[in-house]
Amino acid sequence: MKLTLRVWRQRNADADGAMSTYEVDGVSPDMSFLEMLDTLNEELILKGEDPVAFDHDCREGICGACSLVINGEAHGPERTTTCQLHMRSFRDGDTLDIEPWRASAFPVIKDLVVDRSAFDRIIQAGGYITAPTGSAPEAHATPVPKPDADLAFEHAECIGCGACVAACPNGAAMLFTSAKVNHLNVLPQGAPERETRVLDMVAQMDEEGFGGCTLAGECATACPKGIPLTSITSMNKEWLRATRKVAKR
Amino acid sequence: MALATRTDRRPSLARTVWDSSVGKKAVMAVSGIVMLLYLVVHMIGNLKIFFGPGEFNHYAHWLRTLGEPFMHYEWTLWMIRVVLVAAVVAHAVSAYQLSRRDLRARPSKYVHRKARASYATRTMRWGGVILGLFIVWHLLDLTTGTVHAGGFQEGHPYQNVVDTFSTWYGNVVYIVAVLALGLHVRHGFFSAAQTLGAGSRTRNRALRAVADVLALLLTAGFVAVPVGVMTGVVS
Repeated sequence: MKLTLRVWRQRNADADGAMSTYEVDGVSPDMSFLEMLDTLNEELILKGEDPVAFDHDCREGICGACSLVINGEAHGPERTTTCQLHMRSFRDGDTLDIEPWRASAFPVIKDLVVDRSAFDRIIQAGGYITAPTGSAPEAHATPVPKPDADLAFEHAECIGCGACVAACPNGAAMLFTSAKVNHLNVLPQGAPERETRVLDMVAQMDEEGFGGCTLAGECATACPKGIPLTSITSMNKEWLRATRKVAKR
Repeated sequence: MALATRTDRRPSLARTVWDSSVGKKAVMAVSGIVMLLYLVVHMIGNLKIFFGPGEFNHYAHWLRTLGEPFMHYEWTLWMIRVVLVAAVVAHAVSAYQLSRRDLRARPSKYVHRKARASYATRTMRWGGVILGLFIVWHLLDLTTGTVHAGGFQEGHPYQNVVDTFSTWYGNVVYIVAVLALGLHVRHGFFSAAQTLGAGSRTRNRALRAVADVLALLLTAGFVAVPVGVMTGVVS
């Protein structure tokens, strides 16, 4: 396959960026999208040019490091992560626009790499449980109903890649935050911090400069892990409940 | 030295709600639902115009005597007006502040644009502005009579309505606003339900249906009046 790539190039966080055009030849349909970019980078290095910087780590769709907007879609046309997207999803001769996540809370560091530490700070604000350390507790000590366990797991699937923010017209982190809040709030282990968790994580989300939800639904469409849009509804419900509970204390 | 036992002091409920994007959305949802309930009542009241000037004018007068003898003349009406103005202001201010936040959160656009969200979703902001301007015109036209076409008559709403819809611009302004209202309600009702946590996987299909039916009924009910005047059913 022969492809024309238009890639966002930006020297550093302060520099102005622009789209640069590259031609790549000899692309196999079995290559992953990142392998295709590796091919481009090898050519650039041989030519003595600066390779395109992009985030990647596990390359098996579970770490959440890769982050590319391909032809205006976060993680490209398939419902998966960029690393698990294969070139067979494109046609020979296609022109592909490759851009970084766009959100003021995710500043570009270089080329296609953005700083997603805002997500870490949201987790720090409440995405944990208070549990005694030491030997593992007896497995049956805390019964969890199967539907609750399934619900928690559905939200726990979030890998924090930030595709929801990239896809949202408001640059909102509602889907990410709601996945993390619901994951712990439906479990008995998360109960002691049920109220403070949602209040603090939403407050941190606002603090980081993410936008708000207007129910456009782009986040849930882009999410490679299929976190549902109703996750946001559940978080709203938890937040309203928490404000009432905390006000009574 | 005694250490503080309570370290979890938080701001008041009102402060928390207003300062949070989620809370401000709840303010928008509640004020929107208040206005929506009013609109349903308003639309049903409007339809009395098809039963002649006697019934319509009597209904308009009854609105002023509502709640008597407990309430004085027009007291109930003024209470409703105060609630509505509060709802409009709360809705508009939170919409403005939330929109500012949303626009700041996504300052640079993607070079490759793809078709996004439904028409109703994308037109919420400008649709809301159009509705706000319409409300001002509507009040100046049919409540105060300031910009009314052809001699405004206090206490004769039937004739005033016929006058307004006998002008081309009266019809255009009204029908455009009502269509904007339909779109606004379609997305707004569903969103309000999600913001207040009423939605769920099983309930969302029903909520979408209710939003569509409400939007259609309101649009049809309101548009019926200018259409009635234009076709001569109401004259």
